Amino acid sequence: MSSSAPNHALEFPGGYTRSVGPVIGRFLTELRDGRLVGVRTASGRVVVPPTEYDPEDGSAVTGEFVEVGPDCTVESWSWVPRPRRSHPLQRPFAWALIRPDGADTALLHALDLGVFEEGAKPPRELRTGMRVRPKWRSERSGGIGDIECFRPDIAMINDSRRTEYHLPPGRALERFLEGIAEGRFLGHRCGVCGKVYVPLKGLCPVDGVPTTEEVEVRDTGTVTTFAVNNIPDPRAPEVPFVSAYILLDGSDLAMLALVAGVPADQVRMGMRVRAEWRPREEWGATMANIKWFAPLDEPDVPFAAIKDHL
Amino acid sequence: MNTAVVAFVQSAHTGEDTGLSETELLAPVIAEVKQKSGVSRFGFTCSGSCDYLAGAPFSFVAALDAVGAWPPISESHVEMDAAWALYEAWVRLQHGDIDTALVYGFGKSSQGDLREIMTLQLDPYYLAPLGPDQVSLAALQARAYLESSGAEEDDLLAVAARSRAAGRANPYALDLPDPDPTVGYEVAPLRPYDVAPITDGAAAIVLAAGDRARELCERPAWIRGIDHRSDAHQLGARDLTRSESAALAAARVGVGDVEVAELHAQFSHEELILRAALGLPDGVVVNPSGGPLAANPVMATGLIRIGEAAARIHDGSATRTLAHATSGPCLQQNLVCVMEAE
Repeated sequence: MSSSAPNHALEFPGGYTRSVGPVIGRFLTELRDGRLVGVRTASGRVVVPPTEYDPEDGSAVTGEFVEVGPDCTVESWSWVPRPRRSHPLQRPFAWALIRPDGADTALLHALDLGVFEEGAKPPRELRTGMRVRPKWRSERSGGIGDIECFRPDIAMINDSRRTEYHLPPGRALERFLEGIAEGRFLGHRCGVCGKVYVPLKGLCPVDGVPTTEEVEVRDTGTVTTFAVNNIPDPRAPEVPFVSAYILLDGSDLAMLALVAGVPADQVRMGMRVRAEWRPREEWGATMANIKWFAPLDEPDVPFAAIKDHL
Repeated sequence: MNTAVVAFVQSAHTGEDTGLSETELLAPVIAEVKQKSGVSRFGFTCSGSCDYLAGAPFSFVAALDAVGAWPPISESHVEMDAAWALYEAWVRLQHGDIDTALVYGFGKSSQGDLREIMTLQLDPYYLAPLGPDQVSLAALQARAYLESSGAEEDDLLAVAARSRAAGRANPYALDLPDPDPTVGYEVAPLRPYDVAPITDGAAAIVLAAGDRARELCERPAWIRGIDHRSDAHQLGARDLTRSESAALAAARVGVGDVEVAELHAQFSHEELILRAALGLPDGVVVNPSGGPLAANPVMATGLIRIGEAAARIHDGSATRTLAHATSGPCLQQNLVCVMEAE
């Protein structure tokens, strides 16, 4: 249709009055009163929504109405990324064939899966076999629209909880962050095995002895291993982002940090990186002084050099 | 009474309104089919169209201006695809007192919102008040079919690609590009190319019986069987993964050994459902015209399937062909017609 305003409309003034008869009428009456019913056929099947005839063979149905649902199963669905004005929901939703428990046929209705942006792809939880229930309108008038839509059964809840603390960093970490506040990476060398630990811990986890010999290492290092993350993180510049274990030059223990400034699919084991510091005036005693590690224009370190640090 | 398709004419279909009224669209098609068949007065005339396309009651009556109905003619109309008008004409010819019939169908779906006009054909108690559009309902059937058959969305893409390529080779169909599988869903799982395009167009067929058919046509396409059957209207009361009514009509007609099948599949998954229902082996050439996915002048599309299948016999490229037409939501009602050379 042309995008200009229509110059003709087809409409029956005041709407078209239809009599519904005893079968459809019973269904609509029960609907108004908040119940879903089907009609039993001579062969014993339950047809929902009820028709005066058995859709299988056209024979007249019995006068027996059976309450069905409210639990229902989705038998097929289609996903509407851009609803039309005539649609019951004005944000992306599904049309579904929905079979109430106790019924042998399905009814068509809208299925509301929550808030989506226009054009959204079908959500993963939308599946044939999904369990749903009707959402009733509070004011009902005896039409199929007395059910506003169907909604999925509750399968998950969002548990938002907050507990508050005052955590001391501990002496070792406090000393390490003092260094960071000055733009320096501080470690401890173990007096027994000679390994350098950055951040410093005040003890050697290998030998189980206290450590005191402070060593400063450079802010350059090597990626030993890494992960590509697809869940947003406020510290990362974008999704996907890379978190990596970085072996600082002069340290014997790799440290977890972000890697950026390079596409996620180009990060490699053995890649050389340098800390990307925020402007000095923003520094405090916090790891936030370092935005992330960015690639250095140096050849990769061979695997043999990092294999003992994985 | 042996009855044959002796002439078939269609308009060069368009994807947009060209400014012609429905009658103006139809008139040259009627003139051409009279000229092609050599018949200008028919024993019976029957048309198929939909008043809702123009939003005007009895709009089909105006189309008779294109036929020439004076002195008064014996005439009828179905508010369905003109394939059902052809069925009525075929029945009329079985009486044996006439030997020619004119059948035509036309539709301009550019004038309104076809997807929502089709909502008006739904039951007014349970379906229409919800406002489900044609594509949303077709997509429900597509989902059911994909899940039960194991077919993938790529199988739908293949149907669309083949149909559009064939349509580009057909001077009467639309010139549509190869489908782009990266476009988003229209209504998942259907993408825009899985949906027959909005099309304006018209078509006409002349039927003739017995020796009259042999006089009018060198290679008449004899109707060996024609039947139509219906499934339940409520989508939830039938198995959407199959087309039982198409299978039943095919069984009654006898569809073995056809070389070409023209299927009224307005959505790519419908072709796959119909192939199974009609039991078409892989060797059968399906929709060499491009089918409805390449041109869908609503209310003429089914008649064009019969015309295209007959044309393969007229031009000698096939000896036994099948045509299928459908009506109602999600392949509710199906007509099957098998034609043969002498």
